[in-house]
Amino acid sequence: MSVSEQVVPATTGAATSEDAPQAHDATAAPHHTSTGLSNEKLGMWLFLGSECLLFGGLISAFLLYRSKDVEDMVGPAVDELYDIPFTSVSSFVLLMSSLTMVLALSAIQRADHRRARTWLLTTAMLGASFVAGQVYEFTAFVREGLGYTTNLQSSAFYTLTGFHGVHVTLGILMLVSLFVMSLRGRLTADRAETVEIVGLYWHFVDVVWIIIFTLIYLVPA
Amino acid sequence: MTRAAAEEHEAQTEHEGRAHPSDRNYVVIALILAVLTALEVATYYVEEQLGGFLVPALMVMMVVKFAMVVMWFMHLRFDSNLFTRMFVSGLVLAIGVYVVALTTFQFFG
Repeated sequence: MSVSEQVVPATTGAATSEDAPQAHDATAAPHHTSTGLSNEKLGMWLFLGSECLLFGGLISAFLLYRSKDVEDMVGPAVDELYDIPFTSVSSFVLLMSSLTMVLALSAIQRADHRRARTWLLTTAMLGASFVAGQVYEFTAFVREGLGYTTNLQSSAFYTLTGFHGVHVTLGILMLVSLFVMSLRGRLTADRAETVEIVGLYWHFVDVVWIIIFTLIYLVPA
Repeated sequence: MTRAAAEEHEAQTEHEGRAHPSDRNYVVIALILAVLTALEVATYYVEEQLGGFLVPALMVMMVVKFAMVVMWFMHLRFDSNLFTRMFVSGLVLAIGVYVVALTTFQFFG
């Protein structure tokens, strides 16, 4: 239940009467919006809708170059260098980070701050493991002769997965920020929506990887 | 908050969303996603045996995983329809635009 949907009783003495003026305080009813929904949450969903266009373009570019860039291609093809078992483990790690993220949200909504911090930190560490795996994969590819400018396929591949990796990294920074806020006592249960919004971003990053892993790694060229 | 306002707010909340899943539900969803991922990876090892079923099978599993994360982990199933419309609009627009772009470049043969 987000902040905008919580029923919060007013605590000022004058608030018990319908006719008495309501004094403003931090625990009063949430900010009114024309939709009745949280503007911040709506903004995040709108942003994620636009991110579909970004990643759609990058994925399409890679699929196109992979199918076209064959005849006079310099260097190895991307498919020849995939380590599917290794990438599968990375994918599983990112998937589990979505679980820990949603458990963190559940914990903060119950005002279980210790558990929320545990799950937030776990999510960040799983995300960091994923990024480390990507860095390892990139260095392995470069060692095999597939650099960023080797051919069209490689450029598209590194751009796509690199953009995704940057998104994951930004997500990790947000998670660490939430963790620090919680340590300082600034992440209270009535600010659970903040965790929810970061969670939406994180889950989207996972969902994009679900698509990338299938279309780029598993579907044969 | 007055009683009347509280009741109105509660009705609005019920209208907008249903009760969210429990932690146990989330774990079950994660296990299903893990099994689907394992099945996806398994197709890599039986590519030749699957033949023409490989790509459709991968697509179906990808869509199911996508839908499960969006609907349960992102709470789209339990939240306001406006969020669904926002996200699905962007998704449909992206799919439409890029299918047209790929078709233009004869990607689908």
